This record gives sequence, C-alpha cells and structure tokens, in this order.
Amino acid sequence: MAGGAASSGSTASDTYAGARHWLLMPSWFVLLIFVAAPVAMMLVYSFLTKEFRGGVIWEFSLGAYDQFFFDRGLFGDDPPQIDWTYINIFWRSIWQAGLATVLSLLIGFPTAYFIATRPERSRALWVFVITIPYWVNLLIRTVSMKFLLRDQGPMNDFLIWTGVIDDPLRIINTNLAVQLGLFYSYLPFMVLPIYAAVERYNFTLSEAAADLYASKWATLRRVLLPAVKPGVIAGCILVFVPSLGAFLAPDLLGGARNFMIGSLIEEQFKGNAGNWPFGAAASMILLTLVLIILMVFARQQRRMGDMR
Amino acid sequence: MKYFASTAMALALSVGAAAAEGDLVVYHWFEYMPQELLDKFTAETGVNVTMDTYDSNEAMLASLKAGGMGTYDVAVPGDYMVAIMAGEGLLDTIADGELTNKGNIAPEWADPSFDPGRKHSIPYQWGSTAFAVDTGSYEGDINTTDILFNPPEELRGKINMLDSQGEVMAMASLHMGIPQCSTDRDQLKALNDMLQGAKANWASFNSDTAKEVLVSGDAVVGMIYDGFSAKAREEKASVTYAFPKEGYVVWMDNVVLLKDAPNRENAIKFMDFLLEPENIAAVSNYARYGLGVTGAEDFLDPELATLPESNPPADAGAGAFIEVCDEATQAVYDQIWTNLKK
Repeated sequence: MAGGAASSGSTASDTYAGARHWLLMPSWFVLLIFVAAPVAMMLVYSFLTKEFRGGVIWEFSLGAYDQFFFDRGLFGDDPPQIDWTYINIFWRSIWQAGLATVLSLLIGFPTAYFIATRPERSRALWVFVITIPYWVNLLIRTVSMKFLLRDQGPMNDFLIWTGVIDDPLRIINTNLAVQLGLFYSYLPFMVLPIYAAVERYNFTLSEAAADLYASKWATLRRVLLPAVKPGVIAGCILVFVPSLGAFLAPDLLGGARNFMIGSLIEEQFKGNAGNWPFGAAASMILLTLVLIILMVFARQQRRMGDMR
Repeated sequence: MKYFASTAMALALSVGAAAAEGDLVVYHWFEYMPQELLDKFTAETGVNVTMDTYDSNEAMLASLKAGGMGTYDVAVPGDYMVAIMAGEGLLDTIADGELTNKGNIAPEWADPSFDPGRKHSIPYQWGSTAFAVDTGSYEGDINTTDILFNPPEELRGKINMLDSQGEVMAMASLHMGIPQCSTDRDQLKALNDMLQGAKANWASFNSDTAKEVLVSGDAVVGMIYDGFSAKAREEKASVTYAFPKEGYVVWMDNVVLLKDAPNRENAIKFMDFLLEPENIAAVSNYARYGLGVTGAEDFLDPELATLPESNPPADAGAGAFIEVCDEATQAVYDQIWTNLKK
C-alpha cells in the first residue's frame, strides 16, 4: 500500500526508485509473519491427524473436515449423514453477526451523519465522546452490560420503579442480550468510517438535488448514499467480521448454552476436546466464508459502479 | 492476573539486583497464591520468582504442548491432569531424598491414584466441586443431584452450570450412578438423553462468574467449587453448599516438576518451601481450600476447621475424583458434550 502511494507520485517515485523494494521490506515482513505464516500453519494443521488431548500427528488426514460435515452417530459407527451440528453453529453466528451489523448501521448512520453536520469545531468533541468507552477493556464493558441488564439490575429496577413493567424483563441469557452486547462493542467501527465518508461529502450536491425537485428521501437514496457507500461498506465489514468470531458477548450475556463459532473453536484448544486439527479446520472454513462474503461484496460494488 | 504476574516480576527484578540466586518460573492458576508468600520465598532463598497464570487445566496443557516446555519449572495441575501429563511425558521425576520435607505430606495424600508414590508432584490444595443453592429462595432438600439434573418446577431456568466438560460429566455420572468412563452403549445413550433433557432447565453455562451469579440472584442454583461457595456465602449468607447423597466431585491441585525445567534446583526448593506447614497454611488461609500436609493445624484460621463448605455432613455421598478415560471412550464423551452445546 505504501509502495503504491510512493510510485504514483512522480518525483517521489524517482527519488526512491532504487530503494523501493527495500522500503517495502518491512511491510512484506509484517504481512509474512503476522498474516501468511499463521494462515499457512492453520491450513496445514487442519489436514493433520489429531493427537489425543491436544497436539497433532504429522500424518495427512481429512478427519477434521469429515467431522465438520458428516455425522456418524454417538459412537462413530453409524453410516455417515450430513451433520447439521456445526453448520447450524455457523449459521447461528452469521445470523447474529448480521443482526448486530444491521442494528449498528441503523443507529450508526444517523449518528455519523449528525456528527458530520455539526460545526467543524464541535465534531472532534463528538468523535471523542463516541470513542471514550473504548478506552476501557472489552471484557469489563461486557461484564458491565451484564450488570445493567440482569433481572435485578438497574435497568429493570428503573422500569419497575417508573411503573412501565411489573415483572423484570428477562433479557440476560437471551439472544437479545447478545445483540445488545455486540452492538455496544462494535458501534464505533460503524460510526467512524461513515463519519469520515459523510464529512468528505460535498453538501452542495444535496442542494443541487433539491433544486432539481428531488424529494428528501430521493436525495438521501440517490445522492448521499451512493457517495458515502464505501464508508458504509467499510463500517459493515468492520462490525460483521469481529461479531462473527466474538465469544465474550455470547458467553457472558447469552449464557453460553450453545456454541458460537468463536467458542466452538476455543473449545478445541482450551477445552476437553483438545482437537487442534478440527479447530484449525473450523477456522479455515470460517476464513473461506468471510473471504467469499467480502468478494461478493466487492464484485457487487464494482458492477454497481459500472452501471452508473 | 496480569497485575499479579507483573508485580511478581517487578519484585523479582528488584530482589535480583541484591542477591542473584537464580530464577524460578511458575505456571499457576490465577489468584491462587498470596503475594506475601512469594515475597517470603524470595527473601528466604534469594530466588527470583516469575509467574504466568492460566484459567483451566486444559488451557495449561495446550500451552505446554504448544511450545511452553522448557520455559516453566513448575505448574499446578489438578488430579486427573497430573495423570495425563505424566502419561504425555511432560513431568520430571523427583528422586528419593531430593525433597527434604516429603515426609510432611499427609498419609492420605502420600500415594494418590493419580500419582502413585508422589513421583512427580506434591499436594497443593484440595476441595470439592458440587453446587450451591440460595436457600433464601428455595426451601426443599438440596443435598441431591436432582437439583441440577431433574430440578423441581420452581428452580427451572434458574440454574448456572460450570462451563467445564469434566465436572459436568462427572456430576452427571454420579447422578445416574454409572461409571465415569463407561463403555456401555445403553448407559452412554441414557447419559446423553438425560443431559439433553436437563439442559432445558439451565439458564447458563459459566465458570468465571459462578460465584457472582449466585450472589447477584441471577441464579438460584449454581455448580461451584467449595472455596468459591464459601466466598459467596460471605457476601450472601443464604448461599448454601450442597453435599449430594449421590456423591460429589473431589479435586486436588498439585505442584508438579516439569520436564526440561530450566531451574530444576530452585523448583525443588520451591516444593520444599510449600511443604512447610506454615507456608501451605498461608495458601489455605488465602484460598479457603484444604491442604495435604501434616502439622499445619496451628497455622490455619480457626474458622477453616468448621467451614460448612469443607466439612461434609455424615449423610453425604462419597467424593470422587474425575477419572481419565482412554481415547476411544473419551471421544464419546466429547461427542455428548458437543451434543449438549450445539
């Protein structure tokens, strides 16, 4: 990325022409160590034979993927059937992450728009306010959410005190609690990129649209939204991807009665199962899914771009 | 935990400047060792102590197998994990006569099934795992595993389970009166079905907040370790620890000498130190669990002797250690656990 910027500027690229590869080295190095190597290790481990109680035996095996897709009964000797267990766990996580993303977008977009339309001096303050809670550790924030939502917690006490409800709302240990937790955890990831996009938006375009008799809704849909779409997509991806692998919110707020992708993978390494190849395989399948989603996103965006 | 490790390290550095008698690297559970005791060890021996922490036996095993060997000198696995680690060849043998204080080990803990002859380990703390009930909200008999697996109407949806396969499976086996490593297919199917049915009554699986959900009232029943239950009772007097008549889980954590320990000599010193009645009593006073050393009575808080959580009533069932199953059997139990949480 840094190299691309350097080579496009004419004088800069001449100045650093000889050193370009050397200047890129740190980036390549970081990518290799922190991205390529771990993913390659995961890929290799997912095709190895599991060792009892953690570890791997260096023999090729499809066992991990077989376990993911095929059900052979409690004792492993029934005829194989399609196993919905893990597919359901993945589906549940994707659904949950999707909902959290929609919720964040619904609240995050107006918030970002609001901030971007404030006078320049107060914008920094609003952004600052949005990010303050994020200086606190995620675990602490999730636990506080639990305190807040519980049956005898302040939220229920308040609602009962005001007479809105008679019995406490049962929110803790439900999917709704997980939604709220994920939404609270990742909201700024939605707000900040959209804010950056709206801030750069030229509001005279909206005025022009209004002059040409576009309704407010049409202006929003056909002028503002297309212009800030990259920010919206970036925000959605930034919320969706970490929500998909989240396990703090599902465990603490949802009661951990069912595995999510994150806790399923964690269990393979930290739990009794000690099945490293299966954990690696589940991670690879997750990675593949996320990449496919991102590619579809990117393609659609390009096609839309061509149409315009 | 982090704070704890870093203070230990800071302390180690400051003392290290004065007297360099070498290092000791301990891999330990979180919040399980009073800082004053580590200070005392350093003051007595001049050895710098560094401590890393973990939150489950399995996490410790995974991290050691993933390249942690040769880093740590001692670790503190639970009973069944000592057997597993010995089987995996991760433990070093303590030669006869190497430990000056080996004779201090209480006779009933000198030759445990998980480490015959105490070749690799010394006792640290022991206690039990069962469940606690808020008797302010429930007045029936609590000393039965039915409370967890076949609860009366009023307790349904108010139960927190430990998020730990070993403990839940062992407790369920005791409830059904079947062996912990059964190979009988009918028993295993029945266990699977029983857990599926019981799950409908459980509100949550959580180990880290096992105490806190009871104190806050989120749960009326919670699976819990005896020491945590005692702490819960200090905050909410109606939290009562149960000793079910069907039996309960007993555990013992042990200090083991790891293979390839970089500071083997200091590890032995540390183990001898923890076999001194006064020192191990300090751990019990802090953690509220039992110890396995003779002659420590005078150093213990008097209230520990009468703690309801560590003194089972006469009609309580027997305590049982978690058993180590062979690979094929364990695979079935893993599958049952996955079925339970899918």
